[in-house]
Amino acid sequence: MIGLGLLKAMKVTLKNALKAPFTIQYPDRKVGIIGAAKNEGKSTVGLMATQPVTAAKAALSMYSVPVNIPQNRRFRGNEFTWYEDRCTGCASCAKYCPLGIIEIVTSPGGFDVQEGESYAIDKFDIDIGRCMFCGLCVEACPYDALHMGSQFERSKYERDALVIPVDELRQALRQPSSWFRPQFEERDYDPFRDGPEDDHYKTGRHEMPDQETLDQRWVEDR
Amino acid sequence: MTTQVRTEPITVNLGPQHPSTHGVFRMRVTFDGEEIIDVEPIFGYLHRGSEKLAEERTYVQVVTLTDRMDYVGSMLNNQAYMLAVEKLAGVEPSPRGVWLRMIASELQRIASHLVAVGFLIQDLGAWGTPLIYTMREREKILDLFEMLCGARITNSYLRPGGVFMDAPEEFWPAMNAVLDELPPRIDDLDDLLTDNDIIFSRTKGVSVLTPEQMLDASITGPMLRAAGVDWDLRHRDPYDYYDQVTFERPLHTAGDNFARYWVRVQEMRESIKIVRQCEKLIEPGPVRPDHDDVPWLLRPPVGDAYAAIEHSKGELGFYLVSDGSISPYRCHVRAPSLINLTLLREMLVGELLADMFVSFGSVDINMGEVDR
Repeated sequence: MIGLGLLKAMKVTLKNALKAPFTIQYPDRKVGIIGAAKNEGKSTVGLMATQPVTAAKAALSMYSVPVNIPQNRRFRGNEFTWYEDRCTGCASCAKYCPLGIIEIVTSPGGFDVQEGESYAIDKFDIDIGRCMFCGLCVEACPYDALHMGSQFERSKYERDALVIPVDELRQALRQPSSWFRPQFEERDYDPFRDGPEDDHYKTGRHEMPDQETLDQRWVEDR
Repeated sequence: MTTQVRTEPITVNLGPQHPSTHGVFRMRVTFDGEEIIDVEPIFGYLHRGSEKLAEERTYVQVVTLTDRMDYVGSMLNNQAYMLAVEKLAGVEPSPRGVWLRMIASELQRIASHLVAVGFLIQDLGAWGTPLIYTMREREKILDLFEMLCGARITNSYLRPGGVFMDAPEEFWPAMNAVLDELPPRIDDLDDLLTDNDIIFSRTKGVSVLTPEQMLDASITGPMLRAAGVDWDLRHRDPYDYYDQVTFERPLHTAGDNFARYWVRVQEMRESIKIVRQCEKLIEPGPVRPDHDDVPWLLRPPVGDAYAAIEHSKGELGFYLVSDGSISPYRCHVRAPSLINLTLLREMLVGELLADMFVSFGSVDINMGEVDR
């Protein structure tokens, strides 16, 4: 019958029209006076008494609070987390990168907790302007020195600024994603919940070899 | 007294930068009034040379390229490529990895069909609402993918012989929640669109293709099943563990735009059934073969292999030739989007201007896959 289908369709539309919108406002959302007071840590009356301008703005829906969207812990973020103490400079990541955007320069005379004496890293540049975040470099790292990061709001105005030099990697916030790092999931580490992880001992798949083993390796190598 | 108005055909260039062409696609269309009398499709505006790029990458690195071919069906692309690599290298896949990739690819099929249905309705002129309904459901599936592999579109989840990492614990309850939520939503979509008189009048009997025409042009997928040909590679030539699950193959006989839409909606329900069965049959174990059996730098023996899967758009096949080195000597993709477009002229000639993009959308093409 003509028209019955249309009524059925209108029923669905009405049902959805009465629901709350599922849109997530990003990066901030507008709130009213109550939300503004909550964000300022005051009661509604207190806000109106102490900050009348803010309260007026909120009443005119000109006040916004930032929105954080939690990602999953395997999220492959827009930067890398690198533990220099774990890195031997083997350049597996550079070889495994499909685009060849990792540049590594090493010199003898470094130290790492995996192999003892090894190469010192002079240059470890990642051009994230060309990176496609496939995570194959992280998968290739045999020493768990390189991890995907968990940040994503890192746009820049210049292309050159997208290259992460080694000094920036050394000082960067270390909030590793658990992409291809099952040890994080075993101990229930979530970068978005637990924050940075600076202890490089906790990020490895393997136990750190003791000093005796390292010495023995040093002897065997020669 | 009637006056004779002299008319003449007009040729219009549609695209490549046209918002309705689902990407960068160009059609040179000749109209007689509002009726289409000639169509000339012009491909190649999104050609990125994925097949050539694959020749200088290792077998695992090519996975990242397959993500970018059909970017609304990345998991399915990964699966087809991995089947070809496993055939070429003689890799025995890990059972849990295979179940996981079946789950992932069936979820991706639902997501891909949701996109196809949503944009088809948008092409009809229903700006916004139905598209947002379908996108809302797709978003939940993409969230599941983010749990699995940390990415929503460019997954790169599969590896030769399985998947790169087991699903996290929180994945299974989240997946069940999505699967419980989906059937009512699909019913809503049915109520909204399938019995809708406006949709009937716009799509029924428009751009009819006969089974003979489509078989001659080797068209596959929901387009072929919409004309009543029971051809589904999951059933005809089961790959992975599709012989261990049961599912129905929805068929329609009309072969018009409405039938294509209807088949897609029904296939979503079947995909949900398949995922539920996979969840029951999956057992603990390793998700990928040992590193000693399948090294990262695969060196398959000299030879060639072709593996095909039932993609959400049709038969997606990868043909790989190995010369014994670490990268494929030749990689050819049998892309369903491109081959399903070959009958575009037959579909459109004789139809009206307003139906052109509806028919075009009902093919469910993806320009990333058409041009590669």
